[in-house]
Amino acid sequence: MTGTFVGMPKFPVAAREALGDAQLRHNLAHATGTIRGKRLRLIDEVNASTPEGTAWEELRLAGAAVKERALLSLGDQLEQLEANLVANGATVHWARDAAEANAIVARVAKAHDVDEVVKVKSMVTQEIDLNEALEAEGIAAWETDLAELIVQLGGDLPSHILVPAIHRNRAEIRDIFLRRMGETGRPAPADLTDDPAILAGAAREHLREKFLRARMAVSGANFAIADTGTLVVVESEGNGRMCLTLPDVLVSVVGIEKVVPTWTELDPLLRLLPRSSTGERMNPYTSTWTGVTPGDGPQEVHVVLLDNGRTRALADETGRQALRCIRCSACLNVCPVYERTGGHAYGSVYPGPIGAILNPLLKGVGHDEQVDSLPYASSLCGACFEACPVRIDIPSVLVDQRAQVVDARRGGRPSGEELAMRAGAAALSDARRLALGERFAGVGIRLARRLPGLPGLRGWTSARDLPDPPTESFRAWWKRTDGGRRPDPTGEQR
Amino acid sequence: MVPGGRAANTKEHVVRVALMVTCINDALYARTGQAVVTLLRRLGVDVAFPERQTCCAQPMVNTGYLTAAVPVVRNYVDTFADYDYVVTPSGSCAGSVRHQHDLVARRSGDPGLRRAVAETSPRTLELSEFLVDVLGVTDVGAYYPHTVTYHPTCHSLRMLGVGDRPRMLLENVRGLTLLDLPGAEECCGFGGTFAVKNADTSIAMGVDKARRVCDTGAEVLVAGDNSCLTHLGGVLTRQRAAVRTVHLAEILASTEEGRS
Ligand code: SF4
Repeated sequence: MTGTFVGMPKFPVAAREALGDAQLRHNLAHATGTIRGKRLRLIDEVNASTPEGTAWEELRLAGAAVKERALLSLGDQLEQLEANLVANGATVHWARDAAEANAIVARVAKAHDVDEVVKVKSMVTQEIDLNEALEAEGIAAWETDLAELIVQLGGDLPSHILVPAIHRNRAEIRDIFLRRMGETGRPAPADLTDDPAILAGAAREHLREKFLRARMAVSGANFAIADTGTLVVVESEGNGRMCLTLPDVLVSVVGIEKVVPTWTELDPLLRLLPRSSTGERMNPYTSTWTGVTPGDGPQEVHVVLLDNGRTRALADETGRQALRCIRCSACLNVCPVYERTGGHAYGSVYPGPIGAILNPLLKGVGHDEQVDSLPYASSLCGACFEACPVRIDIPSVLVDQRAQVVDARRGGRPSGEELAMRAGAAALSDARRLALGERFAGVGIRLARRLPGLPGLRGWTSARDLPDPPTESFRAWWKRTDGGRRPDPTGEQR
Repeated sequence: MVPGGRAANTKEHVVRVALMVTCINDALYARTGQAVVTLLRRLGVDVAFPERQTCCAQPMVNTGYLTAAVPVVRNYVDTFADYDYVVTPSGSCAGSVRHQHDLVARRSGDPGLRRAVAETSPRTLELSEFLVDVLGVTDVGAYYPHTVTYHPTCHSLRMLGVGDRPRMLLENVRGLTLLDLPGAEECCGFGGTFAVKNADTSIAMGVDKARRVCDTGAEVLVAGDNSCLTHLGGVLTRQRAAVRTVHLAEILASTEEGRS
């Protein structure tokens, strides 16, 4: 029912469309601004808890260290996770890519003869387009998060990790509920208003029927604890709890980077996540389960451990840190680019700063223009790094990914950009050549002012004037006046 | 010579300070470089301008051309090898030297270049860092009778962590009224090649920033990077806004006797 991101245009093209949507920009600015404020207040609170005032930074360092340790011993951790899951009655599957993972989930569904499953929000299942794959097999997958429900019923794509329907307002949501709920289950009451509580109530009634009906659930996991074989789902609405306890069969698709070695090490992560994510001290629901508990909850538990590019990212020395991500979306909420373009422009379930590095890392660069455009979708302002609870240095990874894009595209006819960069580097590695070039800087700007429609210039001049043409370069001035020590015959500094 | 600070002159050693004017200031904003010279001389620093200098290599690095950046970085370390401090009126270029030169050197596979980078990088300081940390001054004796608002550029703020040094310097300028800029820490949208590769988003960010600047009612927008000011100034003049853009160095160099 939801579409996929396949075939999305390059970021600058997709962004242009989003920038023209005033409603979207308003919603985004409001929502991200609100979450930003809540998050900052909680960080102040954490910092106020010790006299040094550095507790938040210490927590970030601890969180980063936990994920780093897990990643550097990933093979061992995963084997331990598998052994403990199996010992507790779960079935473990390994999936190299999306197709394998989807086939595994479909096979389990067919084995139980179900034609519908309920889902608790999981980005990884969106990454692999599980819903579409199941639909192709005649199995309906119902999203049960309020926002995901809105996205699914509206037939569109999530635009934010945490607030997937951030691009919709209340009136639009009411319309979607009225038009579409009846098609898949309990219809919305005819007198539905756009009051948030009333809308939530309608969603609750609609979903409750689906929870009680479904015999199989699909989830992701925020964390997978290796030394006990426990999966952890963190959520706000209680729908996760429903999915994880009511159906007979539970399949969890888990990216291999979700592993956390021990329960103790979960501690900093569980403190970092809700504060960074929703701006809460604690998230309302934290569900943990360890395989099958006889007579309680799902009696058949499957865990699909998914690679889908993660080992490729792990092999990337600079990019590896992206696998620490706990999907809190803090980097999105502070990103000035994301705030204006929204998530769709990134063409992936992982948007924003983390998406700009994670997508190229998972998919590799050099064969898809859309993916290759993502590392450039940033002004490198660094707000994301500052906000990230696990200290992912996103700007450095962006620059490194840009270098990989350039390397991957080398060979063949050099692009205009490559020629310009080579010429620029030649001029900039030799001051004499640079001085020569500068003599023409004034000419260049005067020319550009006359011809603002010149290709390559249009981007700049469409809404920005060019600076005044210089009359003399600094180095020429220095030479002429001996660094200002010789009287300047022109009588003034420029 | 450098009075006071953590590297004072001794009998054996005169502290040598070089100006890295940056390629954009060299070509387009000579007055900013001249202001740094005026200011430092007034503070007793005989600043040199090694003419071999060109650029910090950031345009190449940020676009992904690390190999092309190698000779530019090599030229940088050769040019400034003999100086105790390299002062630059750009948070962005100082950030590039301190955080990206090692990336480029690693890429070059030349251990000698890595060693040279390790020497020059930490000695490269943005103007406000040099004034406050090395010279130990926050009142530079400037006079500038205007209302200004300050935009902390991202690289000075987050890459270098210059913190409130520029504000402290501005607050001590006689005649100057400093107005708060709401959302000051948000990027102006320049971002080097971003301004061209993602021109629409860059402009959207610039327009929002320009609106906040105008709303302060200030006559002058000040920042420590002429690259960001070129972008914002371009938006402001296109909108026929009354706000002028001026580099921090030029304000700090202004005195009652001189022009402002
Ligand atoms: S990269 Fe960091 S800030 Fe962004 S979603 Fe992941 S953990 Fe959160």
